[in-house]
Amino acid sequence: MTAYHRPRTLHDALAIRAATGALPLAGGTDIHPLRTARAAWGDPWRPEILDLSAVPGLDGIEESAEGWRIGARTTWTTIAEAPLPPLFDGLRAAAREIGGRQVQNRGTIAGNLVTASPAGDGIPNLLALDAEVELATATGTRRLPVGAFLTGYRATALAAGEIVTALRVPRCDGARGRFAKLGARRYLVISIAMAAGVIRMEGDRIAEARIAVGACSPVARRLPTLEEALIGLHPSEMPRVPQPAHLAPLAPIGDVRATAAYRADAAVVLLRDLLAGFAR
Amino acid sequence: MIALTINGTRHEVAADPLAPLSDTLREGLGLTGTKEGCNAGDCGACTVLMEGAQVCACLISTAQAEGAEITTVEAQDPLLGRLRQAFLARGAAQCGICTPGMLMASLDLLRRNAAPDRAAVEDALGGVLCRCTGYQQIIEAVLDAARGDIAAPIATEAGAAVGAPLPRVDGAAKVAGTERYGADAAPDGALWLRAVRSPHAHARFTLGDLDAARDRLGLAAILSARDVPGRNAFGIMPDLKDQPVFADGYVRYRGEAVLGLLGTRDAVAAVRDAELPIAWDPQPALHGVAAALAEGAPRLHDHAPDNVLVRGHLRTGDVDAAFATATARAEGNFRTAFVEHAYIEPEAGFAIPGAGGAMTIAACTQAPVMDREEAARVLGVPDEAVRIIPTACGGGFGGKLDVSVQPLLAVAARVTNRPVRMTYARTESMASSTKRHPATLHARMAADAQGRFTAFALEGDFNTGAYASWGPTVANRVPVHASGPYRVPNVWNRTRAVYTNDTPAGAFRGFGVPQAAIATEALVDDLAEALGMDRWEIRRRNAIGKGDITPSGQVLHASAGLPECLDALKPEWDAMLARVAAHNATQRRHRLGAGIACMWYGCGNTALSNPSTMRITLARDGTLTLFNGAVDIGQGSTTVIAQIAADALGLPIDALRQVIGDTALTPDAGKTSASRQTFVSGRAAQDAARALRARILALANAGEAARLALDGARLTIADTHTTRVIDLAALDADLTAEARYDPPTVALDADGQGIPYATYGFAAQIALVRVDTALATVKVEEIVAAQDVGRAVNPLLIAGQIHGGIAQGLGLALMEEFIPGRTENLHDYLIPTAGDMPRIRIHLVEDPEPEGPFGAKGVGEPALVPTAPAILSAIRHATGVRMTEVPVLPHRLHERIGGGEPPPNPLPSLAPGD
Repeated sequence: MTAYHRPRTLHDALAIRAATGALPLAGGTDIHPLRTARAAWGDPWRPEILDLSAVPGLDGIEESAEGWRIGARTTWTTIAEAPLPPLFDGLRAAAREIGGRQVQNRGTIAGNLVTASPAGDGIPNLLALDAEVELATATGTRRLPVGAFLTGYRATALAAGEIVTALRVPRCDGARGRFAKLGARRYLVISIAMAAGVIRMEGDRIAEARIAVGACSPVARRLPTLEEALIGLHPSEMPRVPQPAHLAPLAPIGDVRATAAYRADAAVVLLRDLLAGFAR
Repeated sequence: MIALTINGTRHEVAADPLAPLSDTLREGLGLTGTKEGCNAGDCGACTVLMEGAQVCACLISTAQAEGAEITTVEAQDPLLGRLRQAFLARGAAQCGICTPGMLMASLDLLRRNAAPDRAAVEDALGGVLCRCTGYQQIIEAVLDAARGDIAAPIATEAGAAVGAPLPRVDGAAKVAGTERYGADAAPDGALWLRAVRSPHAHARFTLGDLDAARDRLGLAAILSARDVPGRNAFGIMPDLKDQPVFADGYVRYRGEAVLGLLGTRDAVAAVRDAELPIAWDPQPALHGVAAALAEGAPRLHDHAPDNVLVRGHLRTGDVDAAFATATARAEGNFRTAFVEHAYIEPEAGFAIPGAGGAMTIAACTQAPVMDREEAARVLGVPDEAVRIIPTACGGGFGGKLDVSVQPLLAVAARVTNRPVRMTYARTESMASSTKRHPATLHARMAADAQGRFTAFALEGDFNTGAYASWGPTVANRVPVHASGPYRVPNVWNRTRAVYTNDTPAGAFRGFGVPQAAIATEALVDDLAEALGMDRWEIRRRNAIGKGDITPSGQVLHASAGLPECLDALKPEWDAMLARVAAHNATQRRHRLGAGIACMWYGCGNTALSNPSTMRITLARDGTLTLFNGAVDIGQGSTTVIAQIAADALGLPIDALRQVIGDTALTPDAGKTSASRQTFVSGRAAQDAARALRARILALANAGEAARLALDGARLTIADTHTTRVIDLAALDADLTAEARYDPPTVALDADGQGIPYATYGFAAQIALVRVDTALATVKVEEIVAAQDVGRAVNPLLIAGQIHGGIAQGLGLALMEEFIPGRTENLHDYLIPTAGDMPRIRIHLVEDPEPEGPFGAKGVGEPALVPTAPAILSAIRHATGVRMTEVPVLPHRLHERIGGGEPPPNPLPSLAPGD
C-alpha cells in the first residue's frame, strides 16, 4: 500500500515532504472529492499522503505587532468564530459561504489556497488583505505574497519539499473588509463570481482600497485601476465607481455555471454592491 | 490497525489510512447507519460528529479519526432521541436516506444552540441534501425537538385511520438509522462487481484477451456481452428491449456498461480502466434532437431508421379553423434540459444464485415484478426462477423504475455461481441512469373575446437518449395532457421521442407533463395579457370540471376539483398581487412577482391495463397480514395502503402487519409510478380487506355494521344486539382474501380519443418570487398549493409529497441541468438546498373519486407539475421577461433582462387597481 504519513512534529513533516514529495493533506475537502471523481471513470488515485492534521502549531490565529498569523490548518469555522477586527469581515463572511457547515468544519485556509481553484472563496479575501504565504522546508522558511504564490489555474509556487505553514496578514488599522458571493443556490455552491475588498478611511475619505474579484479569471485578481479610482472619495460615492473597464485584469470564461458575458456584468454589480456595503 | 472511538466504544479496524471514514464505518465496522451519497462532500448523507462538530465522513481520512470522538446515527443520546421522535412525528423522513445525516447535523446544531430560529436551522442543515421532503418537515421537526414540543402519537381506533395524519408505519427504522438500503447489507463473501463504462458517447470497440487481463489484475472474472446467458437486452416496453446489459462492440452513450469486473472490493477498485484491453473507435456523437434528426445523421438503432423512436398524437376538433377565428392567439418555442433524479441513494444491491437456474436479487427498486422479468430474460430462465426482494429505496422519482444493477448482478452471480454485490458511485449513477426528457416544444393557443380557450396545438420533440426506456410513455402521455386542465374544444398535439447519443431519458415524476406545462401555462399568461385579463381569472374561466369533456373525448364524471383549487387560492392570489404592486411601486432593482399555474395528471398507465393485486390474511394465531407488493420509495404507500386496508376491514391499523414487495411472497401490485399506488393498489387493498370482512361477517352471521375487535386469536364481532367471538385457532384454515383492481380505461384511437385514465389529479399553485434584476437571481419566497386529492388518506404524508414536489419543480425551473460529461456530480449539478425553499401553504381539496379507495386518488406527481410554470409566470410578472428555457440560470435571465435595466411591460395583473 502506498504510504500514508501522519507525523507529530513539523520537523518530521518537513523531512517526509523533502524525502518523499508526499501530497500534503489537512481537511481533505479537496483531495477526497478528487479521488472520487477520478475513480468514477476508472482512474484510481492513491498518492503518497503527508497528513498534517497531527502536527502541532499549524492551526489557530495569533496576533502580534506585525499583524496576524493564521495557521495553515485553521478551519473556516474557526475563522468565522474568531474575535477578529473588522479588517477580517470579508474573510469571515467567506468562511460561512464555503460548502456547508461540514466543509467549513474541516476545510482549511491553506488548503483553499493551495488547491488554487479560480472559485476558491478565500482567495480574493487574502488578496484584499495583502496576505503573505508562509512556506517552510526542512532547511528554512520563506514568505510570498498570495498573488505571487498563485501562478495559474490550480497552480502555485509551492516548491518541492515545501509546505504552507501559515498565512500572514499585515495590520491595517481601522480598515474594514467585505465579501460578496454569487451562486445559483443558497448553500453548497461553487461561486459564479465573487468580490472581496478592504477599505481604510482617513477622516471621511478613502485612504486605501484593495479590491479583488474571484471566479472571473484563472486566478483571482486585484483591480488596481479601480482601487486608485476610489482613493479620496467619500464612501457614499464608491458604488458608482466600478465600470467594466476596471475589470481589465480579468478574463471570465463561460462554463456550466454562467456565460463569460454574464460573469463580466455580474462582477461589476458585485463590486458596486460590495462598495455600497462599506457605505452602510 | 487503526483505533477508532465510535459512540463511546473503541474499535480496532484494518483500513487504508486514507480510506474515507464513511467507508471504514460501513465496510470495516458494519455501522451502515451512516449513508454514502456522493463521496465528495456534496450531499451530506454521511454526516457524523467528530469531536462534536458535524463533518462529512467521506472527507475524513480514517487515520484522522484516530483518537477523536466520533458520533454516528447509531448513538444513544437523549437529544438525538428527541430528534428521532420529532422527525417521525413530523414526517421528516420520507425515503429516509438523508435522515441519518439530517439527524447528525441537527444534533450538532442543538448542542451548540438550544433554541435556534428557522434561519439557524437552515444554516445547520444547508450541507445535507434531501430530494424527497422539500426540507419543510425536517426544519419543523428540528424546531419541535429544540422546543421539546413533539406531537404525541395519534390514537388510531378501528375505522379512524383514513384521514388521520399518522406518522409513517415504517418510520422507526428510518429515524433509528437501522433501515437497510441497497448498499447496506450483502451476503458474506459476496464478490464485488464494478462496471467499466464507456467514456465515449458513441463508439465502436473491440475487446482483447480478457482472460489474460483477469489473471494479471487478480480478478475473479471480467464479464462482457459474451457472458450474458440469456438475451443481452432489456427495456421497459414489452416489444422493445433495445438496451444491452453489456455493450457488444458498440456504445451509444457515455456511461454505457462495457465490462464487469469481479473480485475483492480492493481488486476491482484498483483496476485502471485504461489498462483493460478495450480498443476504442470513437464516432461522431449525436447530441440533442436536432443532430439526430439532421439529414444524413447515422442511424442509432435498426428499428428506427430516422432515429424517431415513437410518435404520439391527439387530435380533436378543427384547430386551424379555431385559430383563424380567435380573438387572441399566443405562440412560443420552449426548451427544457435533462433533469437528474438525484435520489440520494445511488443504485445498489446484491444477487444470490440458487440451484436449477434460480436467482435472488435484492436491490433498491420501484418495480420488483418488472425487474424479475428483465432479470429472467437476461438469464434465459422463466420468470418464476427469479426472486426480487426490494431493499429500502432511498428515493426513486421514476429513476428506479428501470433496472440498473439488477441484470449486471444477475449475470455476474450466474457466471461465478457466487453471491455478488454492487454499489454505483454517484457519478456512475448520474452518467448511466435515466433522466427527465429534454423537450423542444412549439405550442400555440387561442381564445375568444371572453377569454374562453378555443384551440391548442403542440409539436414536441423529446430527447429520449440512447435507449427507449420510458420514451414511448412520455410521447403518449404528453398529447393527452398538453392543453392543460382546461376546456379546449380544438386540440392537435404531436410528439416524437428521438434517439440520440445522450444519456437515456426515462421516467421522472410527471412523464413529460411538467415540460409541456411550462409551454402551456406561458401561453395561458400570453392570452391573459392579450385580452387584458387577470391570470387567475382566465384559468378559472376555463378550468375543466365535472361534466366537461377532455381533448381525449373523456367525460369527467367525478373528482375534478380544479375549480375548487383555484377558488381556494383566490384570496391569497389577490393578496399576493397587492403585495407585489406595493413593493414594486418603490423598488427598482429587487422586484417581486406573482405567478400562477394549473395542472392535471392522469393516475396510472395511459390507456393500458395496470392492475394491482393485494392479499390479506387473518391467521389462526391472530396475526393479521397484508401482503402488499407496492414498493414504498419514500412517498408513503406502505402507510397509506395500511390505513385503507385497516379501515376497510374494520380493525385498528396497529393490528396490521405487512409483507412488502417480495416477488416470492406478495402478489403483483405493479410499479410505483404514475401516482398509481394509493389509487390502484389502495383500491385493491380496500377490496381485499372488504372481502375478508365479508367472510368474517358471514362466519359470525353478523350485519354490515358490526364492529370487529382482535385480541390474540380471539376475534370479536359486535353487532347491534349480539356479540360473537370467533376462536381463530379453532378454524380449519387461515382467513384469506385477495382482490385485483385494474382501473377502467379505453384504448386510444389513432386520434388519441378514448379514456386514457380512470381518474385525474388536479392542482394549482401560486408563487411569489423576488428577482434581483441587476444580478438576475431569483428567490422563490412563497408558494401556495391547492390540490384535489379525492380524499386525503394521510394529510401529513400528502403535505410531504407536495413540499417535495415543489422542491423538484423549483429545481426544474431555476437550477437543474444535466449535461452528459459535464454535470455528473452533485456540485456541478445543483438541486435545491434547505435555504432555497419558499414558505409553503397548502389547501387540500377533497372531491372524492368513486373508483378510488375511500375516494382517494394519486398525489405524488401532481405536486411537481405546476411549480415551474408558476415560478416562470412570477418571474415574468416581476421583470416583464417571458422565459422560454429552463433552468432559468442567472445568466439566462440576465441576457433577457438586458444589463440590469428596470423591467418593461409588466403583466396586466401589475396594473394599479389589480
